[in-house]
Amino acid sequence: MFDLQTLDKYKPIDDKMYQVMDKDGKVIIKNWKTGLSEDDLVQAYKDLLFERTADQMAISYQRQGRMFTYPPNLGQEAIHIASGKVIKAEDWLVPAFRELGAWLAKGVSLWEIFLYFKGHEDGSKFLNAARMLPVSVPIASQLLHAVGLAYAMKYKGEEAAVFGYVGDGGTSEGDFHEALNFAAVWDVPVVFVVQNNQFAISVPLKMQTRSKNLALKGLAYDVDSVLVDGNDFLAMHDVLAFAREHVLKKKRPFLIEARTYRRGAHTTSDDPTKYRSKEEEEHWAELDPAARLQSYLVSKKLWDPKDEEALIAGYKKFIDSEFDKAEAYPDYKLEDVFGFMYQEMPVELKRQMNNYQNFMNLEGAQK
Amino acid sequence: MKVMNMVQAITDGLDLMLTEDKNVVVYGEDVGVEGGVFRVTEGLQVKHGAGRVFDSPLAESGIAGTALGMAVAGMRPVIEMQFDGFVFPAMNQIISHVARFRNRTRGKFSVPMVIRIPYGGGINALEHHSESPEAYFGHTPGLKVVIPSTPYDAKGLLIAAIEDPDPVIYLEPKRIYRAIKQEVPEEKYSIEIGKAKVVNYGEHITVVAYGAMIREVQKAIVLAKEKGISVELIDLRTIWPIDRDTIRESLRKTGRLLVVTEAPQSYGPAAEIISIATEEAFLSLEAPPTRLTGFDTVIPLPLGEKYYMLTPPRIFHEIEKLVRY
Repeated sequence: MFDLQTLDKYKPIDDKMYQVMDKDGKVIIKNWKTGLSEDDLVQAYKDLLFERTADQMAISYQRQGRMFTYPPNLGQEAIHIASGKVIKAEDWLVPAFRELGAWLAKGVSLWEIFLYFKGHEDGSKFLNAARMLPVSVPIASQLLHAVGLAYAMKYKGEEAAVFGYVGDGGTSEGDFHEALNFAAVWDVPVVFVVQNNQFAISVPLKMQTRSKNLALKGLAYDVDSVLVDGNDFLAMHDVLAFAREHVLKKKRPFLIEARTYRRGAHTTSDDPTKYRSKEEEEHWAELDPAARLQSYLVSKKLWDPKDEEALIAGYKKFIDSEFDKAEAYPDYKLEDVFGFMYQEMPVELKRQMNNYQNFMNLEGAQK
Repeated sequence: MKVMNMVQAITDGLDLMLTEDKNVVVYGEDVGVEGGVFRVTEGLQVKHGAGRVFDSPLAESGIAGTALGMAVAGMRPVIEMQFDGFVFPAMNQIISHVARFRNRTRGKFSVPMVIRIPYGGGINALEHHSESPEAYFGHTPGLKVVIPSTPYDAKGLLIAAIEDPDPVIYLEPKRIYRAIKQEVPEEKYSIEIGKAKVVNYGEHITVVAYGAMIREVQKAIVLAKEKGISVELIDLRTIWPIDRDTIRESLRKTGRLLVVTEAPQSYGPAAEIISIATEEAFLSLEAPPTRLTGFDTVIPLPLGEKYYMLTPPRIFHEIEKLVRY
């Protein structure tokens, strides 16, 4: 468990990283206890396998030309699954774009995600996840939305936290700093989660900042901050659960640097062999979050790896059926281009839409 | 009715909406204790509390981005950019998110927020305090852009903007903040966004303008009248969505068009209005639609501003040229 005393022990200034298990899944903290039940732990591992399988299949749909650019999640799933276990229905999830498992836990359907990456805005409606914002492409800009949401929760007297995600590159953006500062000055309940996956597309962390870690960046704003092993599900869950309670109790922001590694490409358009070494990739493969959680569960006799193959085969069937749903989605219509710019379509937009429609209605027009 | 200048009319509109709707909050740089550098929010924090009218840290992107979060959660933030030239750090939030959130989420989330910006020159200010940035906003799909030219319109357009379900850029011509006094109803009323107003009926030529230029054109109209020229003046009031109908109807009558804007010329609002004129009233035109605008230069510091600012004689000169064409 992570508490105020633990927070005090893991000072970013000392560059100390909170870690519960080693690379072999062995718990390294004396008398450590998890806040999760055995069932929860097993479910978390299943969720992680599901995210990983869906992610791999998304990449293959993209390779088959059935989906456009997609950002892979491989290697970062512990952060997402732990988030999913902690974020409650009343909380807000403010994503960047690489938090697949957390979105699914929030209630987003896989077919919606596929639809979005196939190129349809309807995939951002998230029909069963009322309190989740859409993917945010302009880096770090979404963190300010998280702070505004947190202000609204406080203003309305709602007991709800906001979780805002950003990557290591995002900590160089002005909006990252403005968000931390506004949140601290306004005393609002927001958890900033920095997924430090070591690269902003091709630029390594050492070209991004001379700060020895990213958790440090919270301190100048008087935001409680901690550095966590993002590949350690148990540690991530401890810290996220503490952070939620902390921000709600104190009405203060909290910053988590989750140190991890993007084992895949930035997006399907990128070739990581150009900017990182095989040795480095192998090093991080040994720290893979799935293997570590699996080893932990096996050591506790909660899991038998023999069961995985059948489980994953079942997942694949389901994921394919979700992709079928996305492929069977109704065609994009002209009204879909114009219909959502304003609550009521202005005359000028109607005019432009009708002009196009009139052209399309012409007999023999080159369409 | 109460006689008010534009600052007082805006304060009155904010006060009224803060009283009526608990979801309205007002914030920005110096808007709390100080009441804004132009005193537009004076007294509002004392009356409505520091949770609803407050100072933010000095960061315009932060102001705009947090307002989006509040709006998505059902609030109606009215934020202030202290000066026209200070809105630029917020442009990423405004263009990339505020204007697009409804479309991006297919209407699941809307962003009912108002961004107030004192704008324009003629007040002997430092650099970055005299800009006319309306074209950037009019060019951005998803925004509405309004500019009042009188205290009455200022209050009515502000209330319409706050009640609008979509984001509205509300530009305040600071040069005439205190220059015009007028009777303004104390009760609630609104002016429809997207509707221009004919403020002077005439026969020989149509002049389209807005904001601080309305007063300058009205002075030019007096000069024109002495020469027997009858001018129709349209106050656009909304930059986008633009009112084609009022422009067309007027041009069918007069056949001549002069557009007067303080903003620089190229790719600006005047070009848009002239395009509309040629599309809508080509066969009625008896002279080339013409624009009198700011130069395609940086607006000069106070000692050079006299060359840049449009004066009634210059406006009259263009009117006369067009009528004699």
